[in-house]
Amino acid sequence: MFAYVVRRVLATIPVMAIVALFVFSLLYIAPGDPAAVIAGDQATPDDVERIRASLGLDRPYLVRFGAWVWDIMRGDLGVSIFTNLPVSTMIRQRIEPTLSLMVVTLILAVSIAVPMGVVAAWRQGTWIDRAVMAFAVLGFSVPVFVVGYVLAYFFALEWDLLPVQGYTPFARGFWPWLENLILPAIALGSVYIALIARITRATMLEVLQQDYIRTARAKGLNQGGILFLHALKNAAVPIITVIGIGIALLIGGAVVTESVFAIPGLGRLTVDAILRRDYPVIQGVVLLFSFVYVLVNLAIDLAYTLFDPRIRY
Amino acid sequence: MGGGSAASLPPGVNAAVPMQDIMPPVKPKKGVIGFLRRNPTIAIGGFLVLLMVCIAIFAPFLFTKDPTALAPALRTREPSARFWFGSDMLGRDIYSRVLYGARVSLTVGFAVAICASAIGLFIGLVSGFIRVADSIIMRIMDGMMSIPSILLAIALMALTRGSVGNVVLAITVAEIPRVSRLVRGVVLSLREQPYVDAAVASGTRTPMIIIRHILPNTLAPLTVQATYICASAMITEAILSFIGAGTPPIIPSWGNIMAEGRALWQVKPYIVFFPAIFLSITVLAVNLLGDGLRDALDPRMAKRL
Amino acid sequence: MALLEIEALQTHFRTPDGINRAVDGVSFHVNAGETLAIVGESGCGKSVTAMSILRLIPEPPGKIAGAIRFNGRNLLEASDKEMRAIRGNEISMIFQEPMTSLNPVLTVGRQIGETLRLHQGLSAQAAEDRAVEMLNLVGIPEAKRRVREYPHQLSGGMRQRVMIAIALACNPKLLIADEPTTALDVTIQAQILDLMRDLKHRVGAAIVLITHDLGVVAEVAERVVVMYAGKKVEEAPVHALFNSPRHPYTQGLLGSVPKLGSSLTGEATRLAEIPGLVPSLKQKIPGCVFASRCPHATELCTAVAPALEEKALGHVAACHYALREGALAA
Repeated sequence: MFAYVVRRVLATIPVMAIVALFVFSLLYIAPGDPAAVIAGDQATPDDVERIRASLGLDRPYLVRFGAWVWDIMRGDLGVSIFTNLPVSTMIRQRIEPTLSLMVVTLILAVSIAVPMGVVAAWRQGTWIDRAVMAFAVLGFSVPVFVVGYVLAYFFALEWDLLPVQGYTPFARGFWPWLENLILPAIALGSVYIALIARITRATMLEVLQQDYIRTARAKGLNQGGILFLHALKNAAVPIITVIGIGIALLIGGAVVTESVFAIPGLGRLTVDAILRRDYPVIQGVVLLFSFVYVLVNLAIDLAYTLFDPRIRY
Repeated sequence: MGGGSAASLPPGVNAAVPMQDIMPPVKPKKGVIGFLRRNPTIAIGGFLVLLMVCIAIFAPFLFTKDPTALAPALRTREPSARFWFGSDMLGRDIYSRVLYGARVSLTVGFAVAICASAIGLFIGLVSGFIRVADSIIMRIMDGMMSIPSILLAIALMALTRGSVGNVVLAITVAEIPRVSRLVRGVVLSLREQPYVDAAVASGTRTPMIIIRHILPNTLAPLTVQATYICASAMITEAILSFIGAGTPPIIPSWGNIMAEGRALWQVKPYIVFFPAIFLSITVLAVNLLGDGLRDALDPRMAKRL
Repeated sequence: MALLEIEALQTHFRTPDGINRAVDGVSFHVNAGETLAIVGESGCGKSVTAMSILRLIPEPPGKIAGAIRFNGRNLLEASDKEMRAIRGNEISMIFQEPMTSLNPVLTVGRQIGETLRLHQGLSAQAAEDRAVEMLNLVGIPEAKRRVREYPHQLSGGMRQRVMIAIALACNPKLLIADEPTTALDVTIQAQILDLMRDLKHRVGAAIVLITHDLGVVAEVAERVVVMYAGKKVEEAPVHALFNSPRHPYTQGLLGSVPKLGSSLTGEATRLAEIPGLVPSLKQKIPGCVFASRCPHATELCTAVAPALEEKALGHVAACHYALREGALAA
């Protein structure tokens, strides 16, 4: 078991190294001269040279990569071209809203989607099932910002139930914090809910066909016990796997959701950085999110044994 | 039932009492209508996709104006007989912009689907057949898949000038790993099949094996995957344009129209509303088509997802 | 009054290409403490009959009609809640596949204790103690350790013992065993049969044993129902059935079909094998269901479905040509 954990943790190192190499190399493989693109159309040749130097594009590739990796390992993600602040400082300032949004969305989505998928599988072929599946297709099809605007328009502008935009730090109280996050979380969660509900339904349909479900029914168990104990526990591994993979959707969607709801998080930071062509910031955010994504999925992998006693390392 | 009434039976023969059915008879549905009825998602999705393609192609003839024509005197007009969907901050006709926007979305969607499938197919085949390359390629794909695809596209777009071509490129790069993994999976599972083994053993050359055995079996899952890629590419394009990292603002794409309406959405929601509706319906149509194709092409897979 | 009385049971399924009449008009009864075997080839409706008794058939696409009287009460009219109170308590069931019939993610003790907590309101601790007792009863060594193990840690025979422990935990009046030994090794089969016989005497439950293995029938059953294509074609006390089978299908099963022309071709007499396949249950068959495979079939057989007639005391068969005296007339 311990050996497995060590092996599994070590196995993520090459993945992270490749992520780093890839993010770093984007500067070199992008078509055209990135320094000129980043400098913008009005830049003088001097500006372009200055940016080229600050990105290290004037130095040999491998030398630059080595120095960059060394910096990252010390927590130094470079310096913003626009603000001249360290990227790590900028990220630290913006991380709370994004983290809050993602955690609230995760909890909300899982607690809505899993029961939805379970009920759809149980009532396969009925209108409930159809409604869940229709919702799932819609969730995949309606972009997150459209959901965001529709929600904000009705719940905030028309009915005045929740704040339209903005973010209140957790330090100022739980409810004010949550109030601001409900609409963004629903908007951001729609795709995620669709994804989890679909995999839950599919896995449950398969599990409900199994012989041990028939045994459970023959024992006289009620529907709740069969679905949520006997079936769901067997369906848990694929479901949590998809929950982990789906975090990529949350990360991508957060960038947009934060724009729609004016939440000053990492997503806003990214969008502002795009408009200012502040590449070190974008690089830092992409790297951070990717590492978080890899680590979350590692944790989920290691958690499998909690759900399925057959999995032994 | 039986051959006749009890009276006509030979002596000593007792006929069983026939059982009645306890449910109404089933009428099997056959033919094209039956197929569409059993796969309503293909019918609806296919129809809507066709409709959108027609709108994109025939945009100039559908009572549109020049989508880039400015009319500063007629800014932010509500929908009316003159501006069916209203006008934007620069007085441009939103109806015309939305219809022309279909061209951008569909071009990006189809182009990404085709490019990502083609490149992914190639990488997947190489990876599935050449053991040495496999571990290296799959490591790289794992790494790429660890970068959330929208972020990868954003990072790429931040380094290039906004153009439709670059948007296609950026989204394609982000989609390639998934296709490669799919194709590699199919190749590896097929290589285990006895008939492929037999072909290898009897000296059939690799290109022949690929054409005869691998490609036909890859086609169905790849088509389904390409449909989903098309849908997600259209959403990604809209997101990129919406946050200012997509097509240049001069091009009327749905994402751009919404980006322009962003500042005004609380007072003039229709600017965001109309492109949003078109985008959602188009993506929905493609997704329905994908679901329908998956159910029809692969009954075994239909139960999953 | 019989413990279980089944009357004109029909279980049909709606499928995309027609109605599958898996069970179509089957009647039989089981007395208290008796062992009844239901035999037939796979696909003849045995298992569906068993599942129908406990109403474990998913409805829809399935539908059950007729009457299933347990202690005089028609189970088809019972509410879901009443059915749940009967399942695993008064009537319990053992399934064919011990490898897959136990839930892989729950401990053995929990799966045995579950029924006890549900039907007898035992506490978690009491249920576990009783689970240990049950494991001892079904002959699993180190029961105290085993209750905390998961099914994948047990062998196939042990798992079937656990299934039996689950089924008998609440002292049911009726035990339905659907091919309980088919998936097991021959030596384990014998052990499980011995165990069932032994427990039957101790618990006093009636058993409905569903099997395609006539050897098992001869060993444990008192009465036998032979099913074919969703219908009962013969029913008799076990000795009568083995000594003088009336229906050609039963004769075929017993391997006593006269091999016409076998001496001409010089073909060796093969073990019980009936040529042809069970007909599709999606088509209505006007005459005798077995006519398409019957060596004695005549025009009468394909035209008129034979009624079940008593050919000897307690011995009924549905065949126009099965005479009361025994041998075939044709």
